[in-house]
Amino acid sequence: MNSVGEACTDLKRDYDQCFNRWFADKFLKGDRSGDPCTETFREYQRCVQKAIREKDIPVDGVEFMGPNKDKPES
Amino acid sequence: MVKYFCCAGLLKSTWDQVCIAFWQRYPNPYSNHVLTEDIIFREVTPTNCLKSRRLLTKTSRGPRWMERYLPKHMASSAYIIEDSIVDPQKRTMTTLTWNISHARLMSVEERCEYQINRDNGSWTEIKREAWISTNIYGLSRAVQEFGLARFKTSVTKTMKGFEYVLSKMQGETPSRTLTETATERARGTALAAKEKAKDLASQAQKKQYV
Repeated sequence: MNSVGEACTDLKRDYDQCFNRWFADKFLKGDRSGDPCTETFREYQRCVQKAIREKDIPVDGVEFMGPNKDKPES
Repeated sequence: MVKYFCCAGLLKSTWDQVCIAFWQRYPNPYSNHVLTEDIIFREVTPTNCLKSRRLLTKTSRGPRWMERYLPKHMASSAYIIEDSIVDPQKRTMTTLTWNISHARLMSVEERCEYQINRDNGSWTEIKREAWISTNIYGLSRAVQEFGLARFKTSVTKTMKGFEYVLSKMQGETPSRTLTETATERARGTALAAKEKAKDLASQAQKKQYV
């Protein structure tokens, strides 16, 4: 899968590989021994956040799980 | 005015496998409309829950009557945010997905809860809710009907995509490769049915001579 920042796709793939392994082998098994992916994540984020700014994608100020407050069920 | 939709889904895989597949969903044969995928925020909370934000770019497919209401400069692709919380202690995952572009014209928010199936501990149930609305006066009915119809198609694709990824993960031969298209599949099903009918007919004939 491509990143929204064309230059970030390789960094994304490296991070995804690391994350998927950590998620299945450590996180879901309750192993809290620490995240081996912090460095790859940092590099990937540096790239992708820049791409988001350049493309003017409106992600800022959006609260986590924000929109679902007080939703009607009508 | 907001249109509300709720449904339940079932995946015959464990909650763990479904969560693992959740991060590996794209690409799959049913997600050709998803152009890019990025994690733009992630952290493990003090209570050991995983919070993530995923940014997706999807092709913006709307009927022509809708496109009249889009400003000329508006991107032909749509931006969607998906927030999620994975709780490995409670074995639950909650996701919230909504579009951050074209939102005035049509806003679709979807909330899902993934839990272990009450009747079968090796299966996962998904409770899905959606809220569809528009801010453009006079378009409510049309947008909601269109939005709901497209959302339902989307849900089918999502579940098929999940099943595809899960069966690949479990080492089974998935029913589609990435290069197959929906038409090919339909054609294949029709052909398979014809062959099976032919086969059954010839078997019936053989039995006569035994």
